[in-house]
Amino acid sequence: MSATANSIHSRRRIINAVMTGLTTACAMLISLILLFIIGYIAWKGVSSLSVEFLTQTPKPVGEGGGIGNSILGSAMMTALASAIGLPVGIAAGLYLSEYGSNWYGNTIRFVADTLIGIPSIIIGIFVYTLVVIPMGRQSGFAGGIALALIMIPIVARTTEEMVRLVPNTMREGALALGAPQWRVSWNIVLPAAASGIATGAMLAIARITGETAPLLFTALNSRFYNYYYDQPMSSLTVQIYNYATGPFEVEHAMAWAATLILVALILIINVIVRTLTRKKY
Amino acid sequence: MILKNLYITLFITAAVLFSFGCSGQKLGETNDGGDTGGTIRLQGSGSTFAKPMYEKWANEYGKLHPNVKIDYQGTGSGAGQKALLSKTSDFGASDDPMSDEDLAKGESPILHIPTVLGAVVLTYNLKDVKEPLRLTPETIADIYLGKIKKWNDPKLKADNPNTALPDADILPIYRADSSGTSAVFTDFLTKTNAEWKEKIGMNKQPSWITGVGIGAKGNDGVMGQVTQTPNAIGYVELTFAKANDLTTAQIKNRSGEFVAATPESVSAAVAETVAQMPDDLRIQITDTAAKNGYPIASYTYILVYKDQTNTAAGKALADFLWWALHDGNSFVEDLHYVPLPAGILSKVELKINSMTGGGKVLRQQ
Amino acid sequence: MAKTGALGDKIFKVLLMIAATSILLIVAAIFAMMLRSSLPTIKQFGVAFLFGTEWKPAQEVFGALPFIYGTVVSSLLSLLLAVPVSLGIAIFLVEQAPKKLARPIGFMVELLAAIPSVVYGLWGIFVLAPVIRNYIGPVLQGNLGFLPIFGGRVTGIGMLTAAIILALMITPIITAVVRDVLEAVPTTQREAAFALGATKWETTIIVLGNAASGIAGAVVLGLGRAIGETMAVTMVIGNSPQMSPSLFEPANTIASLLAANFAEATDKIYLSALIEIGLVLFLVTFIVNAFAKLLIMSVSRRMQRA
Repeated sequence: MSATANSIHSRRRIINAVMTGLTTACAMLISLILLFIIGYIAWKGVSSLSVEFLTQTPKPVGEGGGIGNSILGSAMMTALASAIGLPVGIAAGLYLSEYGSNWYGNTIRFVADTLIGIPSIIIGIFVYTLVVIPMGRQSGFAGGIALALIMIPIVARTTEEMVRLVPNTMREGALALGAPQWRVSWNIVLPAAASGIATGAMLAIARITGETAPLLFTALNSRFYNYYYDQPMSSLTVQIYNYATGPFEVEHAMAWAATLILVALILIINVIVRTLTRKKY
Repeated sequence: MILKNLYITLFITAAVLFSFGCSGQKLGETNDGGDTGGTIRLQGSGSTFAKPMYEKWANEYGKLHPNVKIDYQGTGSGAGQKALLSKTSDFGASDDPMSDEDLAKGESPILHIPTVLGAVVLTYNLKDVKEPLRLTPETIADIYLGKIKKWNDPKLKADNPNTALPDADILPIYRADSSGTSAVFTDFLTKTNAEWKEKIGMNKQPSWITGVGIGAKGNDGVMGQVTQTPNAIGYVELTFAKANDLTTAQIKNRSGEFVAATPESVSAAVAETVAQMPDDLRIQITDTAAKNGYPIASYTYILVYKDQTNTAAGKALADFLWWALHDGNSFVEDLHYVPLPAGILSKVELKINSMTGGGKVLRQQ
Repeated sequence: MAKTGALGDKIFKVLLMIAATSILLIVAAIFAMMLRSSLPTIKQFGVAFLFGTEWKPAQEVFGALPFIYGTVVSSLLSLLLAVPVSLGIAIFLVEQAPKKLARPIGFMVELLAAIPSVVYGLWGIFVLAPVIRNYIGPVLQGNLGFLPIFGGRVTGIGMLTAAIILALMITPIITAVVRDVLEAVPTTQREAAFALGATKWETTIIVLGNAASGIAGAVVLGLGRAIGETMAVTMVIGNSPQMSPSLFEPANTIASLLAANFAEATDKIYLSALIEIGLVLFLVTFIVNAFAKLLIMSVSRRMQRA
């Protein structure tokens, strides 16, 4: 009997070891894939980086050129989207945490989560119909609006979570001192949750910087530096897409270099956010 | 307090952005409405067939007239037509002339301005085949109908006895989007192959046989797929094949000659159609009767409204078109396009000179 | 002071409520606009739109099935690849790894989610497609080519490439949610199992059982993300509206169709068909995400009770 008990025991041990190995392998695999992707982008992209590349506009194939206007366009549209999306999203998140524990808040919460899941190309089509057609042209403005629509529910949910973490004792203390509810939210709760809200905002910004589909029909693309929002505007993501799907080696090289810049920017934002939130642990 | 400062900063940024953000420019309008100084921006979109030409022209014209910014986006002939119709572009570009039905959708009359001639070539990715392949309308149709599946098919071998064709699957690449290049390509096949005419016919967006190949977007996309995928074949404008150093096929024309796409063969193909050019300049010139003519040649058009709502922009557009067809000729051959024949040029000049804005003819005669 | 406080409260609450309500309005507006624009094709084709197998704009024949097929198959296939790996990673991070290792690895998994879709597409075209064309394809087709799923032409562009890229993109999401759900299982469960002499793995299985509906929710959430993915898929799936049993053959998804063709629809009926197929996508992702949320919420409710 001890023999079968032993064999069952060793079989269980073997299974345990095998499964531990498998799960470790999964984790290692994913980490390696990530490192490979990033490393590959860096390797392919570095050789095309230059001041000319970062400042010039696209030229006909073979005449050089760069993505300067795409960098500016992405920055401008992200800025516009944040200017709209952050206040609205933070306000919505604040509402959900302070006043939203009823059926109405639950509905909004539910709809926000599903809005986050809606494919961004649908948002692009929506903004095309709502903004581009009446305006009579594609524009950086329409692109910014599309990005803002994507941003709002994300920022709302992360803000809500961060604000919920603020201990109720702080609220109660302030209320006990006679402060009106709105002052409590504005002067006590918000600042306390500020770092959390900021990290949520930064993650949302990183997210929309990488969006392509909503810009395809709303901002289109441009070969020029555009300093105004009411004209078609280039963006890093759309330019990468165009260069990647074309046939010219020089354009492929530029796609990799542009990707390097884009991914570096997004990764830097993510790393900053993670190191800031490490305090929580 | 961080958040308060954040809010204030955001608000100020937003205010600044919005106040500067609207240039107040209507599509193509100058900032001050005057005819000197001020930037004029013209938005054009459409054909990828002609994209290298228009990008070059826009770039060169911009060097001569720095205040005129011509922004051309290659979105496909179909999208170019739509952009003009919905007025999200100042001019459209299409290799396939607009149909009567689509022209009727325009708010006001639309002019077809032919700019250059180009050739739709069959280009392929066969590493070991150095010589140009000889293809006939039958073999091309069969490839794209899915009937010829391998490179060493007897039909292909019969036309290419001296070429070693590999025992590999052919991968046809077609245009998934609405394309003037597709229209020209299918127009040629419809005129020369009865089975193609019956099964697919001529269209900017043909109903390709399911499963025959891979769809790509734009001439760039098709060329990109062909360069990336061994054993692929695709139809693109000549300039794309040349720029990527891929061999192009010689196509059998109506006279039975296997003709490569060259400026001479394209000129020969168009020469005998000059007399047949209708007044509105809409024509397809495939399947030429010329003995040494390339059978899949085509005009490519810029589409504009005859009556321009914005005078300053309309004048800039008319001037640009005039420049392109005259001084711009010096850039045409390097990109492997062919300039308009003399007999057509004079007709096009008339069209450009007929463009009006605010009731008056735009170009000073 | 009480008066200004009350007024301030009202204004504040109303402002916040407007912001929050905007979310409802946005979704309602999207749905309304899409429904209105789809009416022509809905009237003309009815339910047959969803089951038609041919998409021929030139002949005004619009059948959405090939795109629904492509969307569903690529998403399910990506789940097949991603779920085991995601579970493995989550189990590793929560149950097995020492804290010092868990943090960097967890961080790297989250970074995978931050990489934009178009970058995955770029990588797919130039790295993954050649690998499938030159190595994976010939090996699979050489040995298992008799199976229909490994038939067809291996070009590197097709369903399998798209599914692999999708799997990479949804792994971080599934991992994150499963990780949260596993961490939510009270340690008492694990301690009880250990006390009874279970191995680490057997304990893990018990914990998984507790978190089962949450894991299901994570999987459904990953499915929702995969269904809506546009750029990476459109760059590697081949834009061919066919429903082939082979994984190597090209296909098409709803999102990819919209990206390629929306800008050029001049006919009212064509535009309407495109928007209707977009509406299908919208509704499917809405339902899938709602379902996922319900599953995940049910776990936290059960954990609170335990």
